[in-house]
Amino acid sequence: MYRYDHYDQAMVDARVEEFRDQTRRRLEGKLTEDQFKPLRLQNGLYLQLHAYMLRVAVPYGTLNSAQMHVLADIADKYDRGYGHFTTRQNIQYNWIRLEDAPDILADLATVEMHAIQTSGNCIRNISSDQYAGATADELVDPRPYAELLRQWSSFHPEFLTLPRKFKICVIASETDRAAMKLHDIGIRIVRNEAGELGAAFYAGGGMGRTPMIAPCIREFVPLDQLITYSEACLRVYNRYGRRDNKYKARIKILVHELGKDEYARQVEEEFAHLQTQGIEPPIAELERIKTYFADPPFEAGLPDDLDRSDPDFAVWLDRNTHPHKQPGYAIAVISLKPVGGIPGDASAAQIHLMADLAKEYSFDELRVTHAQNIVLPHVRKADLHALWRRLEEAGLATPNLDRIGDIIACPGLDYCSLANARSIPVAQKISKRFAETGKDEELGELKLKISGCINACGHHHAGHIGILGVDKKGTENYQLLLGGCEGDDTSLGKITGPGFDEDGIVNAVEKATDVYLARREEGERFLDTYRRIGMEPFKEALYG
Amino acid sequence: MVDILRFRDDEPVSDPAVTVDAFVDQTNAAAVRIEPGDDARALLPFLEQLRLVEVNFPSFGDGRGYSSARILREAGYDGELRAVGDVLVDQLSHMRRCGFDSFVPDKPFDAEDAEAALQRWPEVYQAAADERRPIWAKRHG
Repeated sequence: MYRYDHYDQAMVDARVEEFRDQTRRRLEGKLTEDQFKPLRLQNGLYLQLHAYMLRVAVPYGTLNSAQMHVLADIADKYDRGYGHFTTRQNIQYNWIRLEDAPDILADLATVEMHAIQTSGNCIRNISSDQYAGATADELVDPRPYAELLRQWSSFHPEFLTLPRKFKICVIASETDRAAMKLHDIGIRIVRNEAGELGAAFYAGGGMGRTPMIAPCIREFVPLDQLITYSEACLRVYNRYGRRDNKYKARIKILVHELGKDEYARQVEEEFAHLQTQGIEPPIAELERIKTYFADPPFEAGLPDDLDRSDPDFAVWLDRNTHPHKQPGYAIAVISLKPVGGIPGDASAAQIHLMADLAKEYSFDELRVTHAQNIVLPHVRKADLHALWRRLEEAGLATPNLDRIGDIIACPGLDYCSLANARSIPVAQKISKRFAETGKDEELGELKLKISGCINACGHHHAGHIGILGVDKKGTENYQLLLGGCEGDDTSLGKITGPGFDEDGIVNAVEKATDVYLARREEGERFLDTYRRIGMEPFKEALYG
Repeated sequence: MVDILRFRDDEPVSDPAVTVDAFVDQTNAAAVRIEPGDDARALLPFLEQLRLVEVNFPSFGDGRGYSSARILREAGYDGELRAVGDVLVDQLSHMRRCGFDSFVPDKPFDAEDAEAALQRWPEVYQAAADERRPIWAKRHG
């Protein structure tokens, strides 16, 4: 994985000192809260309902064990012994004191980490495929491109006061595991007919209150123009994105209002101009970054067969591992979704353990997934059983990847000042209900996502089943959506009809899954059945 | 406290800055003021005669002026480029990078804070409108 050189380290160290100074000026009253707010946000510090929340960046979701140990130490030292992994492949702490924030950032900087631009109206942490560099189905490892963009977007002087936040995702396989088309800019590394690598750009996707799937604005940007083209996309947005209404300020509204062709045309014009400005790093810089993402020293000739005689292990194996490009290895996913648990939460002890396991079994590497789980990307198949035993002892071996218990949920009204309804208790009740009835066993792949308000941090638009918490005359009410999907066949869920109360929504989810179980055909997932039979049978069961 | 910061040696222009619309209609002015919604490129045919461009920041959170500044510098404008309005010390280093070379804030800067902010960044990651060599250029120098 990427390692800082003295330049990168100097930048992060300077940032810590800058924020220490800004915090001091805030506490001395030299900065008003209005002036301080964007500064703290661009250092990951949100004011929530009960305390400050700190969001730490995990660039493209990749971590080593030393970094993971520091994340656990921060949970113990400055929080309440927990961390919360997020849908942007980051980690959040929910009980932070402002006075401690500069020291936490300094602790992070000792292991090449930071909270830079994890919030605020700027280019956010770049996300990527959690299986990058390990999966059999990728063209190349997308992370070097993400790292190039990370450096370009960090402290970019022109783009720190954009109309609104800006999220970029980079992938390099046909299968989209990172919801690429639901980002402000989605980039897919592709090969053209001449066999050269380049980048397809998608712009104007997003969730929130107006969900949009990003259209492709350019099918091929040569690799030696990647930064210049990105800069052109951002400049057009910075100049013309709406600033009159916060809810219409994301690039998706600009692309929608201009039309994708007109937005693309303006980008092309700016791109042609910027190509004369010498802002593109040399290709040697990309090559330098790539050397950090070379394969770890895999052993050759390892067997692929496994002892499946332990039935519980076999279930975990089938559900929570993914094919690796290297024979004899597997990608293992650690579920942070125990039955009845808080999705994405891990205790300091669990975080330390995952770090140790990465060191022991996965070439010192971990990934955070946008579904709020942790990946050990490079595990020898021969080690999987031992790994599973260790995970099981720590409550980390729930075999539910991409199943109904693997719920994405935002922090909701338990923490968030924007929320209208709680998300976590609903996730816990659904998880328990399906474990108790045993229906989770029958359901197979079913992605359920819960947001506590229309800002959609819990990705409810993209759930096979989505739940949206709203405020209905002072009480929490939950709408049900069906048919969303974040993958290649990206689709947005549709609302079934009137909402439900907290227990009602749990029953409604069960009824929807009953329709699927009754109507499914051979090999169909919930989403496939929904797409075939449509909304009506589900409405009938829910409201009939 | 500091009312004006200026990084130029030439005489400041004393003419009042006119709006972009007024400027384009009566093209003998040497000073113009850009508002966030103005298109900086409307000034490109007149760069020769311009000696002062003020870019107004009615609110520090509106970042359109950063693009306006770079666009003018990229087109070769070498007169004074002044940030005015709700300009805060924590933006100074980024504004310098976008080509601003003078600052007239609504509220005066604390001299020490402004100096610290300007000295903050030992390196830069991007090529912009200033002369600083980006980290990538130094790595492959």
